[in-house]
This record gives sequence, C-alpha cells and structure tokens, in this order.
Amino acid sequence: MTTVAVKPATMGQALGRALRDALADDPTVHVMGEDVGTLGGVFRVTDGLAEEFGDDRCTDTPLAEAGILGTAVGMAMYGLRPVVEMQFDAFAYPAFEQLISHVARMRNRTRGAMPMPITIRVPYGGGIGGVEHHSDSSEAYYMATPGLHVVTPATVADAYGLLRASIASDDPVVFLEPKRLYWSKAEWNPDTPETVEPLGKAVVRRTGRSASLITYGPSVPVCLEAAEAARAEGWDLEVVDLRSLVPFDDETVAASVRRTGRAVVVHEATGFGGPGAEIAARITERCFHHLEAPVLRVAGFDIPYPPPMLERHHLPGVDRILDAVARLQWEAEN
Amino acid sequence: MTVMEQRGAYRPAPPPAWQLRTDPEPLLPDAAPFRVLGTEAAAEADAQLLLRLHAELVRGRRYNTQATALTKQGRLAVYPSSTGQEACEIAAALALEERDWLFPSYRDTLAAVARGLDPVRALTLLRGDWHTGYDPREHRIAPLCTPLATQLPHAVGLAHAARLKGDDVVALAMVGDGGTSEGDFHEALNFAAVWRAPVVFLVQNNGFAISVPLDKQTAAPSLAHKAVGYGMPGRLVDGNDAVAVHQVLSEAVRHAREGGGPTLVEAVTYRMEAHTNADDATRYREDDEVAAWRDHDPVLLVERELTARGLLDEDRAATVRENAEAMAADLRERMNQDPELDPMDLFTHVYAEQTSQLREQAAQLRAELEAENESDGAAR
Ligand SMILES: Cc1ncc(C[n+]2csc(CCOP(=O)(O)OP(=O)(O)O)c2C)c(N)n1
Repeated sequence: MTTVAVKPATMGQALGRALRDALADDPTVHVMGEDVGTLGGVFRVTDGLAEEFGDDRCTDTPLAEAGILGTAVGMAMYGLRPVVEMQFDAFAYPAFEQLISHVARMRNRTRGAMPMPITIRVPYGGGIGGVEHHSDSSEAYYMATPGLHVVTPATVADAYGLLRASIASDDPVVFLEPKRLYWSKAEWNPDTPETVEPLGKAVVRRTGRSASLITYGPSVPVCLEAAEAARAEGWDLEVVDLRSLVPFDDETVAASVRRTGRAVVVHEATGFGGPGAEIAARITERCFHHLEAPVLRVAGFDIPYPPPMLERHHLPGVDRILDAVARLQWEAEN
Repeated sequence: MTVMEQRGAYRPAPPPAWQLRTDPEPLLPDAAPFRVLGTEAAAEADAQLLLRLHAELVRGRRYNTQATALTKQGRLAVYPSSTGQEACEIAAALALEERDWLFPSYRDTLAAVARGLDPVRALTLLRGDWHTGYDPREHRIAPLCTPLATQLPHAVGLAHAARLKGDDVVALAMVGDGGTSEGDFHEALNFAAVWRAPVVFLVQNNGFAISVPLDKQTAAPSLAHKAVGYGMPGRLVDGNDAVAVHQVLSEAVRHAREGGGPTLVEAVTYRMEAHTNADDATRYREDDEVAAWRDHDPVLLVERELTARGLLDEDRAATVRENAEAMAADLRERMNQDPELDPMDLFTHVYAEQTSQLREQAAQLRAELEAENESDGAAR
C-alpha cells in the first residue's frame, strides 16, 4: 500500500488542478477567457494550463464576455466542452443575453438534440475589499433561469470535486467561485478520485440539535464560526452546506430541519427576492409541521454592493446569525 | 459537378449597380501616428500651450507616483496607474470646453483632475469610501467606470440629448484598447455615427488589456481603422506627444461641435506600470519593451521641446516641480486621514423614497451600531 502525500492546498490551486485534470482526461475540454493564458488568470486559477496544453486548449480571448460565451455556444454545438471564465461577477453581465437566451434553453428548444456542456466559472461575492463591480453575488439571477445548474463550493476538496463534475455535466453549469475563499487552505489529497462530487448533493458540515443553518459558498465558514460561538449560549447548531443551488437537495435540507425544528438561511446575496426566499419556501412546504419557529433569513442588505470601507456592515457575520438564532428561540417560547 | 456547372449556360445577372454610401478614403487614418514633438512642426506649437501641458504633465506624473505609493501604505484599495499615458489623459481633457462632458474609464483619474476635479475626490472609488466621490454634474465628469466600454453608449446618449436641446455640448468618451472588443463599443460607435452625435471616442492603446497584447485583441490594421465601418473618421495619434493629442482632439471636438458627427481617435501609448498594483507584469512582458518606451516619455518629449526653444530655464522647471510636490503633499496628507463614514449612508441613496424593507434594515443596522458603541464605551 502506498501512502499518498496530503499537502495543504488553496481553493484556487484545487480549481486549477481540476481544470488541468479535465484538460488531460478529455480532449474536447477547452478553457477560455480574459487573461487565462499567459497570466494564468487574475486569480491564477489557470496558471500553467496554456503552457501545458497550448493556446488552443487554454485561450486568451478578446475582451468580450458576450463573445466568449457566444463562441462557446458554437463550440459546444460542434462537440467541444468549453470552460469559460468570467473575470469577476459583475463582468458576466454582458454575457447574459447568450446565457439566458441560448445557453440555458438550447437543450430544451432542440428537444434534446443539442446539449450545452459549458461550464461558466464566475469568481463571485465580496469580502475582499474590491472596488465597485467586483463583489456581486449574482446567484439569484442564475437560479431564476431554467436550464442552468448553479454550483458553489465552500471547501478545497469540493472546489476540485464539484468543478470536475461540472465540466463532466452535459448541461451548462454556472460555477460560482467564492473569491474570498480562493486563498483558504486545507489538507487535500488531489490523487483521491472519490473527491469528485455529484452535482445536487448538499452536505451536513456540522451536526447539531438546536437549529439548522442552511448556507453555501462564502457563508459556510461564517456559519461554522457562528456554530462554534453559539455553544457558549448553549445552542447546538447544525450547518448544512448546499454546494449546489440548482439542482437543490430538498432531502438533505428537509431531513436536517426535521431533526432540529428550526432553520436560518444564510447568504450574502441580497435577501429580497434572493436565494433564501426560495429556500425558506421549500423548507416551509416540506417541514411545516416540524417547525418550532418561522424560517428566518440572514442576508446582505437590499442595497447595491457597498464600497469596501463599508462592506463589513453589509455582509452577514457571526453576530447577525446568532441574533437570528436567538429570535428562533423567542418565537418558540411565545 | 457543382450546382453552377449543372446549370450550364445559366449566368446570374449582376446585382443592380450600387455605390458605397461614403467614400472611405477621407475616413481612413494615416498609416503612422500623427506627431508634432520631435518634428519640424514643433517649432510652431503655441508656447503657452506647451508650458501649460508641461506643468500639467509633471503634476500628473507626480499624482501617479503618489497614488501608487498610497496603495503600498494601504490607503487605496487599488490604483491603475496612468504613468506613461499622462499626455493622452491631460491633453484630451484640455481639448474640452467647460460645458463639455468627460466619460472616463477607471484609469482616467488624471483626465478628471485636469478638468478641475479635486485630486482626493477623484480617488474615492479607488480608496473605497464610496463608488463615486463627486457629483458628475458639477464638473461634467461621468462616474469613473469599471465595467469596460459601458460608459460609451452613455456618452452618445448624453451628447445626443444635448443636441436635441440645442446645446453645443461635446462628449469625450475614453476607453482602452481591450475595451474596443466589447459589444458596447460597437453599439456606441454605431449609434453615434447614425445619429451624428457630437462625441469623440478616444482609445488609449497602451499595448495591453491586463496581460493580453493588442494582437490577441484585434486583427484590425489599427484601432482607428475601425471607424470606417461605422462611417466616421478614424485618427491615429502618438499618445505620448501631448501637443499632437491636443491638436487631434481639439480638431475632433470642433468637428463634433459644428455638427460633423463623431470621430474615433486612437492614441498609441504604453502602460509603463503594471495594470494595477495587484498585477504582475513580468509574467507577460519583457523589461526591454518597457525600457524602449522610456526614451519616448511624454514628459520628456515636452521638456525637450521647451528646452530647445529656450522656454524652460531651471527657475521655471523648479517652480513646476514645486507645484507638483505641493499637490502631492496635499494629496498625501488628506489621504492619510481616515475618511469619516456613516454606515447609515448605505441606505440613503438606494431609492429616492426609501422602501419599507430598507427602513427596517436601516433600523437593524442602527441598533447594531448603537450596541457596538455601547460595548466600546463599556470597554473604555
Ligand atoms: C466588462 C468587463 N470585463 C472585464 C473587466 C476586467 N478588467 C478590468 S481592466 C481589464 C483590462 C482592460 O484593458 P484596456 O481596455 O486595454 O484598458 P487599460 O486597463 O489597458 O487601460 C479587464 C479585463 C472589466 N472591468 N469589465
């Protein structure tokens, strides 16, 4: 038996490794986007890929998001598997026309004849002190569009596993990479094949009995921290990491809420019409008789993403989560 | 056998005679960028203009080095330096009248400052205390724009609106070489040409879009050539030659003001620093290339001309340097004070009338801030 070296890796490195392995395993996989070649991407996720696989497999495109995604559609029509990078969340918007009008509905409108196995990598979310247009959480737009998968990892291992699964998917995947977790590190063994996760499976990151925190992406570590802090109050919080918003794992979420009887949905996207609204509704539909309190949401305020010096007031942090949990207790008593 | 061969003797009739609607010749840019400094024509350049450009360029350079230093001290979240590009920024801004409008990109702080904007307020976006640190109407400067090329259609719309109102206002819209690949660039130019809107598009071609060199961005002979397809003139100018930029831009502005419609100007220049302080330029370009541009520095070019004409003695040069130093010292000092921020501001300008949801959220934040203050007070 050989022991494999388990080394600390960052989420950015795990993503890069996933791209590398996908390129190596499948000649139809192509990586493209702005600065993904020579520079290795502004977050260095694609570092070394152009060197290893050549410009045709890892391509610096002209600076045009609609063009990047639109040409990816044509490439997919011809049997390739494009993996495109949108440099930052807010810079994916020029590509929305292609995304909504073509990528998302091509399979449907062609009665299954023309699938769109495109992975759209989008660094998203705030907390990194970025200037305007560098911190949006745009998942609700994507979730509202039938035909797209929406996936977001919170751990180094999931970053690898979910990206591999996304590229292998025969449907388009909007793969949201939490920017502020790019540099998060974990012991991680890139040689273990079972790290590839199927899309659409949530995972319980921490078990607990008092209430369930339902969360994903950049808010997962915040919820874990809140769960630790909650012990001091005598609360034992469960943390569910959704990993995939579409498809949505109703089973894991409902099972957790039925166990705990209370739920708080946590995300940094704005709350009104946000992902939490859908999630809370689904929980209520499935768990109404198990609920001891209404499902609460802790989300970003309903404002355009603020400038960096004020973002800490906007982002849901441990205190806001604990306040919500406290309200669950109160609702239960009255 | 091809279909045509099968049809034997059949010969399709030629299309009815038609003509190009515009003779492309006068729209085409010259083969080489227009230059004044370093040529015979420089001797004709207006002395007052030369001196003004020189003072502004030296100030602009100093602004760039100061702002870059402020990023190292953590006072700015990010700074996209325009060192090497000061001539485009400043000479273009000076070609405008007060009533005209500037539509800058995120790199164009110097153009905004040259138009009279307070140097500190020009940095608000990049410092991170607010997204736009000024009232755009005050100096007629649209917000420094981060998404690429999206400000270009705005410039066209504003110029069009001004003309509909009967005002002889011109809009100057600035964009980088990379930004010319965006769909918005195309749509803006097309609208401007069809509407004959009084707009001047200035492309600062500094060689790179972050890491991507021009030849991976476009296969056009030059970016100025793109104008022809829209039916507007394209002009190519040496972007490091402040006098040439001023001349070409002034001409384009005049043309627009007189109802001649838009012009696309490509200024050929070079980005001497990395894309921003977060970028590592050694990954995609050689030092030799950067060095080759040093001798074609925009400040140097003006200085050489002034010196040759005996217009720049040591006294005057020292005054210019001192003024630039004073601006930098003031910038440093004011940027080193923490801006006073009110977190409640987050809710103030989302809508003209706050929604009930936002009022609720504002109350929540106020309570949090009060609790924070109390616990701070208790700790003391
Ligand atoms: C729509 C959009 N896509 C991507 C980006 C990210 N980005 C910021 S600057 C930049 C390069 C711009 O290059 P260029 O237009 O040549 O201007 P320069 O920075 O050289 O002045 C990129 C890709 C952006 N700001 N907006």
